[in-house]
Amino acid sequence: MIKIGVPSKGRLMEQTFAWFGARGLAMRRTGAEREYSGAVDGIDGVELVLLAASEVPRELEAGRIDLGVTGTDLVREELADWGRVVAEVAPLGFGQADLILAVPSVWVDVDTLDDLDAAAAAFRAAHGFRLRIATKYHRLVRDFLTENGVADYQLVDSLGATEGTVKNLTAEAIADITSSGETLRANHLKILSDGLILRSEAMLFRARASQADLGPLMARLGL
Amino acid sequence: MTPKAAIRAEAERLHAAFVAAGAVPVEADILLPAETLLDLYGEDIRARAYTTHDPLRGEMMLRPDFTVPVVQAHMSHGAEPARYCYLGEVFRKQDRISDRASEYLQVGFEVFDRTAPEAADAEVFALFQAMLADLALRPATGDIGILMSAVRGLDTTPRRRAALLRHIWRPKRFRALLDRFAGRAPIPAARARLLERLAKGTPEALIAEAGTFVGLRSADEIAARAVALLEDAGAKPISAPEAAMLYDLLTLEAPAAAALLHLRGITPMLPAIAPAVDRFAARLEALSARGVDVSALPFEASHGRTSLEYYDGFVFSFHAADAGLPPVASGGRYDALTAVLGQGASIPAVGGVIRPGLVARLRGLS
Repeated sequence: MIKIGVPSKGRLMEQTFAWFGARGLAMRRTGAEREYSGAVDGIDGVELVLLAASEVPRELEAGRIDLGVTGTDLVREELADWGRVVAEVAPLGFGQADLILAVPSVWVDVDTLDDLDAAAAAFRAAHGFRLRIATKYHRLVRDFLTENGVADYQLVDSLGATEGTVKNLTAEAIADITSSGETLRANHLKILSDGLILRSEAMLFRARASQADLGPLMARLGL
Repeated sequence: MTPKAAIRAEAERLHAAFVAAGAVPVEADILLPAETLLDLYGEDIRARAYTTHDPLRGEMMLRPDFTVPVVQAHMSHGAEPARYCYLGEVFRKQDRISDRASEYLQVGFEVFDRTAPEAADAEVFALFQAMLADLALRPATGDIGILMSAVRGLDTTPRRRAALLRHIWRPKRFRALLDRFAGRAPIPAARARLLERLAKGTPEALIAEAGTFVGLRSADEIAARAVALLEDAGAKPISAPEAAMLYDLLTLEAPAAAALLHLRGITPMLPAIAPAVDRFAARLEALSARGVDVSALPFEASHGRTSLEYYDGFVFSFHAADAGLPPVASGGRYDALTAVLGQGASIPAVGGVIRPGLVARLRGLS
């Protein structure tokens, strides 16, 4: 039995179903409307597992699913050494979003990471604590800032409404996912010109530890 | 895998040797307040240290090294001069799948002594070399103090000197800054556009134009940096001969005695390094007096320049032939760290650690 983990709701689920449907595998939810169970028609030996997109990386790592659909941002954030744990099978062509660093638009002196670093040093000297960057992507943001030699900052955890943290004075800058940038502008923030941390998209992943014979399924999917 | 009991026995032998060398054994907590470590190392430490939460004391970290608690204990109630040794577990998160341990024993030796820092440097290095002599390890040494004094003496703006010093442990960033300050790298397009905009109006007008003001960083702070940026754009580049000397220093690698001759040779062009070069010479004399062959001892001016370090003078390490292994021992001088942790007080300090797990493994092979 091959288990495929798929996002359990919203646009991501619909687009995933459509992607598999276009390749002759009809995915559907079964049971009552609020029950998370599903089925795959058109092929034998494939089981559908409906999960929150954020749970897919861990389930792949644990080996409880053989294949999974989720965003590349979530895999790289959730899994240490992700390339050793899962393999990218196919990009699905939707769910594009960028993980970016943004600062207040009124910071007319800050346009690059170099500026952010210098502003962070001055901020720490003036305020007695390290410049706060609100995000839920701790690993990705920290690795990016380390790689680019930015110091004197701290990450503060933000699980929602991250763009609002600057106005609420709980952070000086943010790192978050954006597709159009509209929410950023509405919250008076601008993206640093070299502040693109990751281009994320929906991807079909394979668990490297999986023992399942994926050959026939891959052939059906044209992969 | 070396059995844990063999590693512990090796650790106790090394610890006993430090005691025999005059060190007082000290103990340190395993749970350390995260705040101190974060202040020292910044956010990068989170990638390396295990963080946990104490219901009463807040965020804590599992001891990533002994230096911080040992320095704190000395600063609060130590007599001078002092020699300490310790033995215990340290914890380091591993972000990549490998056979690197995330929990291992460290045995260390630290000297707090104001009288003769170079003699203390030599004492620590010679002691480590003698204790590990049978393992045929490759030593590596350096001196971050020479590079720091060269930067402090640069004929450029105080702001540029401060920026270079702040990034001395981030070689890539340091190099990018130096290239820019020396006029070797073009001004990035984004910076050029920014300067153009800043030159067009007062910072106050630009801030007003940029929209609704949000955030804790004040308009005065923003304006001050805008002015600083324009001033910096007008500053003359670091002169070509001075920059060339600094690049030369960054890449200097030679046996220590030859490196000293080279440094004496460039001192007339970089007079600010003279005191640091004198200290280097005094250290080599002290090492020779202890039987270290400085004509063969490898020296690299940039050795020890990695993030999560705090050494600001002599640095050293000992390596096994297998390049995949971490250093068997490492250490150095960290005077500035004692000033940061000492709340006004400071004391020259030098020390190092040995990984008994590696020593036991190497002895087991032979």
